[in-house]
Amino acid sequence: MTAPLIEGRDLVLSFGNERVLDQVSLAIHPGEIITLIGPNGAGKSTLVKTLLGLQKADSGEVVRKRGLTIGYVPQKLAIDQVLPMTVKRFLSLTRSVSRADSEQVLGQVGAGHVIDAQMSQLSGGETQRVMLARTLLLRPHLLVLDEPTQGVDVSGQAELYRLIDEIRRELDCAVLMISHDLHLVMAKTDQVVCFNRHVCCSGIPETVRQHPEYRSLFGVREADAIGIYHHEHDHEHDLSGHVVGGCGHDHSHDHHAHGHSHDHGHDRSKTVKEGAGTNQ
Amino acid sequence: MMDDFLFRAVLGGVLLAVVCGPFGAFIVWRRMAFFGDMLAHTALLGVALGLLIGVDVRIGMIATCLAAALILAYGQRQSRIGSDTVLGMLAHSTLALGMVALAFVQGVAVDLMAYLFGDILAVNTGDILLLAVGGAFALGILAWMWRPLLALTVSPEIAAAESIPVERLRLIFMLLMALVIGMAIKIVGVLLITALLIVPAASARFFARTPEQMAIGAGLFGAASVLAGIALSWHVDTPAGPSIVISAAAIFILSAGFAPVMRKLTSGA
Repeated sequence: MTAPLIEGRDLVLSFGNERVLDQVSLAIHPGEIITLIGPNGAGKSTLVKTLLGLQKADSGEVVRKRGLTIGYVPQKLAIDQVLPMTVKRFLSLTRSVSRADSEQVLGQVGAGHVIDAQMSQLSGGETQRVMLARTLLLRPHLLVLDEPTQGVDVSGQAELYRLIDEIRRELDCAVLMISHDLHLVMAKTDQVVCFNRHVCCSGIPETVRQHPEYRSLFGVREADAIGIYHHEHDHEHDLSGHVVGGCGHDHSHDHHAHGHSHDHGHDRSKTVKEGAGTNQ
Repeated sequence: MMDDFLFRAVLGGVLLAVVCGPFGAFIVWRRMAFFGDMLAHTALLGVALGLLIGVDVRIGMIATCLAAALILAYGQRQSRIGSDTVLGMLAHSTLALGMVALAFVQGVAVDLMAYLFGDILAVNTGDILLLAVGGAFALGILAWMWRPLLALTVSPEIAAAESIPVERLRLIFMLLMALVIGMAIKIVGVLLITALLIVPAASARFFARTPEQMAIGAGLFGAASVLAGIALSWHVDTPAGPSIVISAAAIFILSAGFAPVMRKLTSGA
């Protein structure tokens, strides 16, 4: 296998007496899609900060391939009102981008109309689209998405995941997706890493789902409800990201689908097909 | 014909305001107003040290401001004591130390008021030279790191992901701020420098759509405040430093009132 793009080796980090990272090792190779799942407070964001070099680990090391470009999409970006910033200017945040290029990528994510709007006035979904447009300009080798649909309403979430998948295929980059939501594991995920301050277990989604540590972490009923978000591309998109020729989404769920006992209150029908009559 | 000292006051004041504009904008965005205040307080210790050791007080002020910025950068690495507390402790203990040290300075009558509120009408050619060279240096470095510094202000995570050296830029910015404040004390004084940094930037916020517009606007509003303040001082014989700050505050109030009207006009067009 080729050398990893980025690799964390035996990362240990404590805040006071609390150990947040306990011997964590994680490597991401070119083209690989890794979904990191873990409950709230598992230290997922701390792990990401450590990998990015923003948080120094007490011991262990992060090895970053030379010349690696990382596109980072945070949970939500709250640009303060005190900082005036148009969407156009935001796209030029780390390097200058022409208006034509800005228009093109915004069109691609279906946000062409906000180019002159202030960042602080965008909705959660619009902000995330703009963030994704920026990664299109950056053309990173690795896309790091930290719960990218947190501040977005349910109907917008499935759409965002569709967009992320589309962008990933265009950029042909590796993806590290962080999620606390078992239902939104990316389609074509090579590896699911179940994380709670240490790597509990990892492997292909089906293996992880059967793992006792995973099941104890999320509870048996919840664990069974894991939904692999499948997305079959049987339709075309126009430049602005709109589906041409009707919605042909087929969110199949080829594992056992169970009745949901979780309390998210979300309408899951968009992402996971409810298994009829099993374990209701 | 303009008197020489008045010409120097205007030149020095406008130079300082132009330098303060972009720095003030960053202070507003990064919520570092208290940090600026702390640096200004330590400058008084620099005055005392300069007089005691026998070096130029301007060099003493800049040196202590830089030292205080370094101590603070170090103090922020721990989390047991909050950074606002560290700031407050540094500000007041250095101010107190400065006052005590001044008591040891013999034979020189130190005009404390001049350091607290500035003495722009006493600006000499050396001050202007220092401002021009130091200001150009500070603005040059800021321009050079403008884009990455702004990126890390928006999101340290995005900046770090794209290999921007976040910690190093933070430190450089703090040191540049220390330099600017050290140079500014002579003109507006310890108690008013923060005002000259943040008030014009706040006024510019009402009219800016991009960070760059706000930074330039802050420089312009700052320069206007200096001119108005000196004019007020000249005609009504008010103290110059406070007059400049009052002018800046008046511009802010006018901006706050004028901005909604302008927004209506532009959106109606």
